[in-house]
Amino acid sequence: MKWETVVGLEVHAELSTKSKIFCACTTEFGGEPNSHVCPVCSGMPGTLPKLNRRVVEYAVRTGLALGGKITVNSKFDRKNYFYPDLPKAYQVSQLYAPICRDAGMEIEVNGNKKVIGIREIHMEEDAGKLIHDARNNRTQMDFNRCGVPLIEIVSEPDFRSGEEVLAYLEKLRETLLYLGVCDCKMQEGSLRADVNLSVRREGEELGTRTEMKNLNSFKAIGRAIEYETERQIKILEWGGKVTQETRRWDDDKGESFGMRSKENAQDYRYFPEPDLLPLYIDDEWLQRIKDSIPELAHGKRERYQRDFGISEKEALVLTEHKNISDLFEAVSAKSGEPLEAAHLLTGEIMYLMNNANITPEFLAVDAGKLSVLINLVISGKINRNAYKETLAAVFDADVDPDEYIAKQGLKMVSDTNIVGDAVKAVLAENTEALADYRSGKEKAFGFLVGQVMKKLGGTGNPELVRKALKDSLSV
Amino acid sequence: MTIDNKLISYLEDLSYLSLADDEKVRLTGDLEEILNYMARLKELDTENVSERSHPFDNVNAFRDDEVMASFDRQLILRNAPVEEAGMFSSPQTVGE
Repeated sequence: MKWETVVGLEVHAELSTKSKIFCACTTEFGGEPNSHVCPVCSGMPGTLPKLNRRVVEYAVRTGLALGGKITVNSKFDRKNYFYPDLPKAYQVSQLYAPICRDAGMEIEVNGNKKVIGIREIHMEEDAGKLIHDARNNRTQMDFNRCGVPLIEIVSEPDFRSGEEVLAYLEKLRETLLYLGVCDCKMQEGSLRADVNLSVRREGEELGTRTEMKNLNSFKAIGRAIEYETERQIKILEWGGKVTQETRRWDDDKGESFGMRSKENAQDYRYFPEPDLLPLYIDDEWLQRIKDSIPELAHGKRERYQRDFGISEKEALVLTEHKNISDLFEAVSAKSGEPLEAAHLLTGEIMYLMNNANITPEFLAVDAGKLSVLINLVISGKINRNAYKETLAAVFDADVDPDEYIAKQGLKMVSDTNIVGDAVKAVLAENTEALADYRSGKEKAFGFLVGQVMKKLGGTGNPELVRKALKDSLSV
Repeated sequence: MTIDNKLISYLEDLSYLSLADDEKVRLTGDLEEILNYMARLKELDTENVSERSHPFDNVNAFRDDEVMASFDRQLILRNAPVEEAGMFSSPQTVGE
């Protein structure tokens, strides 16, 4: 019988609040090691945590958007573990009354729709960063990330393939971005996933699972799932047993490694956090949070097609990432040309991003400058060549479009005398092509248009050039 | 629950501590005392007391999401037994 992969995901999303969950240190990424640290987040004795209200609001917002039940009477618990990434020796988390339960999300893979259950969403604090220095066998600790608020989104073991996992993660990322609760920069660790995976013969009971950590990109997750599935099948086919353990994925080596058994000891001795009061979310507050949920990708997609007449394909590209749809909305509002803005963002801007290897979350282009460019090309002040060229300069160097066009002499030439002179010169210089055209080779016309354009520095009014050339040829 | 050598060595593992023999004896006594005290608390009749996780009746003590200056870095680092490049430093925590 065929093997089946069974996967459950634990997704950690760092909430984009300004300050940490229990103290007023900044959550900003980076900074000198240990410069965003205070007695509360470094676990000094005698300090008390105080809960950031926005953390609760963001967690509830996410729970509602994912169709979950909000736990009106919620609270925090202590998860005890001794590891130097958390100087308090415990993590404040939620075990007994997580803020949200029974959520879910629909995904689509190869045309098949499926709902992935989300067992719970809970709030907790992030841990610090450890750097293992192999040269001197020491571990260095930076506590800047300690106490950055997290939500952990725990799925049911509903995935049956890597494709399903990636479809879920893509959609979850999109949702969190639109909700404005997480910047989802995987490179900076603000979105992380742990993969629980087991294999079984189709129809049989669940097998023993392993948990894989240290997965920092969607690509790594896909590879790790493939690797771990094969590893477990091999063990079972050789008559062995899969050990329940935590494994660390090494993306450079393309392998996962079991962590030492000591690091696998899991006995967190949870108990209710005595330093924090219980949470109570009343109807009025819940309603206010509900009202704060912005329009999500799906709604935008429909609205763009309905109100602007944008194609389904373009609407999809525009809404895949919040940064892109924000830019689109700004450019179309400023320029008054939503269709042209859609073409620009799904065409030329995507092309430039690919070339420069920029992912949507790092895209930074001035919406005002793009609008100016759109208005220039639509009103016939510049042609498409000049539009593309100036666009690239705006994208690369944030130049001022008007100044750049003036400096580079990119204003469209619509002066019939200048165009006429260029046509005359080109016909005189290209007698061969002219003869070709006269003998019926239509292709030669295109070549001649190109030569006239070249003569005009690429700035000729294309309609005018074609017309002038046709007129000269028909004489 | 009885405190025996097996439990002590399990707790050593969990807490990354290694105890000398006389410390183990002392700890066994301390833990037994704590458990006895808990056993005494359990004798209390709580039939008509509702379950709760916190001694206070209050809920929702919040702060606004505002950033304030963090602590002086050098002061925090004074708690580091060994400091390297602005970081706390310990013997390697991950085995190969």
